[in-house]
Amino acid sequence: MGIERTYAEINARIKSGKAVVLTAEEVIGKVREQGLTKTAAEVDVVTTGTFGPMCSSGVFLNFGHSAPRMRMTRVWLNNVPAYTGVAAVDAYLGATEIPEDDPANSDFPGEFRYGGGHVIEDLVSGKRVKLKALSYGTDCYPRKEIETSITLDEINEAILFNPRNGYQNYNCAVNTSDKTIYTYMGTLKPRLGNAHYSTSGQLSPLMKDPNFATIGIGTRIFLGGGIGYVVWNGTQHFPGWLKDSEGNIVGSAGGTLAVLGDLKQMKPQWLRGTSFRGYGATLTVGLGIPIPILNEEILRFAALSDEELHAPIVDYSNNYPNRVGGNLGLVSYAQLKSGKITIDGKEVPTAPLSSYPKAREIAHTLKDWIQKGDFLLTEPVQLLPGPDAGLTGKTLEIRS
Amino acid sequence: MAPHKIVLRFDSTTSDQPIIYHLVKDYDLMVNIVKAQINPHLEGTMVLDLDGEKYEEGIDYLRRQGITVHPLNQEVVRNNDRCTSCGACTCHCPAGALYMERPSMQVHFNGDKCVVCLQCLKVCPVRAMEVRI
Ligand code: SF4
Ligand code: SF4
Repeated sequence: MGIERTYAEINARIKSGKAVVLTAEEVIGKVREQGLTKTAAEVDVVTTGTFGPMCSSGVFLNFGHSAPRMRMTRVWLNNVPAYTGVAAVDAYLGATEIPEDDPANSDFPGEFRYGGGHVIEDLVSGKRVKLKALSYGTDCYPRKEIETSITLDEINEAILFNPRNGYQNYNCAVNTSDKTIYTYMGTLKPRLGNAHYSTSGQLSPLMKDPNFATIGIGTRIFLGGGIGYVVWNGTQHFPGWLKDSEGNIVGSAGGTLAVLGDLKQMKPQWLRGTSFRGYGATLTVGLGIPIPILNEEILRFAALSDEELHAPIVDYSNNYPNRVGGNLGLVSYAQLKSGKITIDGKEVPTAPLSSYPKAREIAHTLKDWIQKGDFLLTEPVQLLPGPDAGLTGKTLEIRS
Repeated sequence: MAPHKIVLRFDSTTSDQPIIYHLVKDYDLMVNIVKAQINPHLEGTMVLDLDGEKYEEGIDYLRRQGITVHPLNQEVVRNNDRCTSCGACTCHCPAGALYMERPSMQVHFNGDKCVVCLQCLKVCPVRAMEVRI
């Protein structure tokens, strides 16, 4: 049996400045060069990264109390409504929320120039944001309305809490119809005019730990340029294996993460307000996860390359919206990254929605933090359900 | 009068038509093709200097063919701080002005190739592409 390491041993090496840390991209070459056993003996940590649109993102805000005090029943930030069924001066602002007077898709395809994700970017940039709130008034909280402005520094807490981020793998989206369609996977041209995908492939956190052997509740991560934590599995957490027609495993499926961190530590270049024409507003989030190389098996997965990781090609003109299963084939991330794939004998240009250069930058930043001793690894309090848990998605049935 | 600088956009049904021939032969116009580009989907863009007595008639002819015509008095620029190098624009830029360098996957912008079709302004998720008039 090869090496076995503990979190404590890895952290001791980080503290003494001796830890060997490689990015998920760098480790691929190393394993190719000198094999799994030797690399596992050398490398303590592999860092991953991803920077893509993650709709399920948002921020809990505590504004502090005005005089007289107010129990905020409805709240708007730069005209974008926030959810207030929390406590008196707390609200949750979701990345996909849009202003009430936004024409949305009534003028199709809508532009969605500003939404919750943009407010979050403005806050983290230090910009002043308009706060408007209404209340019904109580004896303890008499004020009924307020109009003021806030900055991130002036409010008590801003906790980024994203209940579904870091999708393990995702569809490669195409359009087989005769008209252009506007989706959360971008603008898709008719008749297989283009194919969009959205993961960082060989750098993508959950693809590099597909068994959830190291990632769990309490895992310390890079989140939005600051330090955050994995706090639970994400919603729609359906880890599993992607298999080809012969039943061979060719990648992982759809695990997700719920993550949390202090917005005040974060940076606007890693939390970017995002708009998809004809679809809506969202937030592009930078996320990076360290994978401790506890044994050779963990390294084996952490060293999977773009050639070995695949995505299903899904038609977003009919199959996806109508929940018709199946796909138009599987394609490797190496093929996707080459700029073209072949579907039904037709050459189709590909483009990502998530930034590979930024994913690489995140993996390198995390590597630097660890090498400098600024970032220690945490042993999860509990691991998240992996492929063996057999979790699959439920559907919503329409009943009378 | 100085020639008019215009941008034409063709879809796949018009990109194989001999439109320059007709501009010269039927409308007696002087044509200087500044840039021309056709993508794998046979959609095309062309920047022209166009001059002559029957300029307006020539433009009407183009529009009747389903070709969009707009004046080239704008410049498209990229806000490099905002661009995340995601790549979402690269399949939509008909002129190859926004393109991905491989294997780094860095997205570059070559303003010389840009035909100001404004497609990138619509598809860029973070609004990194801007128009300067
Ligand atoms: S306007 Fe944008 S999409 Fe059009 S040619 Fe220029 S760079 Fe390409
Ligand atoms: S879509 Fe926008 S952000 Fe993405 S590469 Fe193009 S210009 Fe940059």
